[in-house]
Amino acid sequence: MANRITLDVTRYNPARDEKPQLESFEVPLRKEWVVLDALNYIKDHLDGSLTFRWSCRMGVCGSCGMTVNGVPKLTCATFLSDYAPGPVRIEPMKNFPVLRDLVVDTSDFLVKLAKSKPWIVRKVEKPLDEEYFQTPEQLEAYKQFSMCINCMLCYAACPVYGLDPLFSGPAAIALAQRYNLDSRDQGASERMDILSQHDGIWGCTFVGECTQVCPKKVDPAGAIQQYKLTATMEWVKSLVLPRGAE
Amino acid sequence: MTNPTEYLPKSYHVRLSTYWWLTRWPYLKFILREGSAVFVAWAVIVTLLQIHALTLGPADYAEFQNWLRNPLVLALNLVSLLFIIFHAVTWFNLAPKAMAVRLHGKRLPNLAIAAPNYVAWAVVSAAVAWILLRG
Repeated sequence: MANRITLDVTRYNPARDEKPQLESFEVPLRKEWVVLDALNYIKDHLDGSLTFRWSCRMGVCGSCGMTVNGVPKLTCATFLSDYAPGPVRIEPMKNFPVLRDLVVDTSDFLVKLAKSKPWIVRKVEKPLDEEYFQTPEQLEAYKQFSMCINCMLCYAACPVYGLDPLFSGPAAIALAQRYNLDSRDQGASERMDILSQHDGIWGCTFVGECTQVCPKKVDPAGAIQQYKLTATMEWVKSLVLPRGAE
Repeated sequence: MTNPTEYLPKSYHVRLSTYWWLTRWPYLKFILREGSAVFVAWAVIVTLLQIHALTLGPADYAEFQNWLRNPLVLALNLVSLLFIIFHAVTWFNLAPKAMAVRLHGKRLPNLAIAAPNYVAWAVVSAAVAWILLRG
């Protein structure tokens, strides 16, 4: 294995540049390094102005999402040696506006996440000294969808989100489903009204790339299709039982 | 981030190319999967034409069969068959994702949902083949 590798990194300074450009850096190729290590090497030794987000460096915070050779990845969970001999192209996450170098503006996701009401909604609150009991089976029903770290790689991978900025997106809907399936929650009908729309679950065409790129195996595509099934059944029930049976 | 301020001049919006689906194999596979619906529609049209030819009588049906033997039509139907198989296989393999069936709290494996679809396909195909070929 060679001991150097070239990184082609997007650079963009909004005060100076018309549009983003790639800049090449040569970094050491260490067997145990991840792409994030290479970016930090550039920042420490080659160009301190390189700007990128990262935090936990162990794949749990969701900060370091970027596009590596065209594929959305967490740079702390992507080994540099997998791309030897290189060059490796590192660009900001797709489908989000670029603020600077590798940093994107994710506020759109936060707005859409709030739409999903990602908290326990209760029609009737329990008194404070009473607990909510939950069996392991009830936990299992929603646990997979609770693993989301809001890294937004799924939004970067989703062509529907890229083409239609109004689409709620995989993570927001998966998190809505996480609460819908939670036995403690009573807000499923509220979320249904908001998400069973063209820019909600029905915008999804089941490309499935969101599930492929998810680093925590949340399977947002599965969550959305299950939600579609539920929404359809609710619609049929509303036709057959117009007065409603809760 | 639509209002530039003194500290954040502006953000750069990357436009998605019209040919986004050619940039990666999974995207191309998705477009082919969606496009296979066109060939399914073509198969329905051919079947309807066949039924219509049957109602007109043996001479017209023979003419219809000749039309099917035309190299262009034959090629189109062969391509359609491949796309229809692709359509069915991708559909059956995706069905388990939409149906989270739980038995005793554990989720059924994907094959348990997909397999009955394939079995039904095989059974119906065998039945249709038997009806058509026994005469």
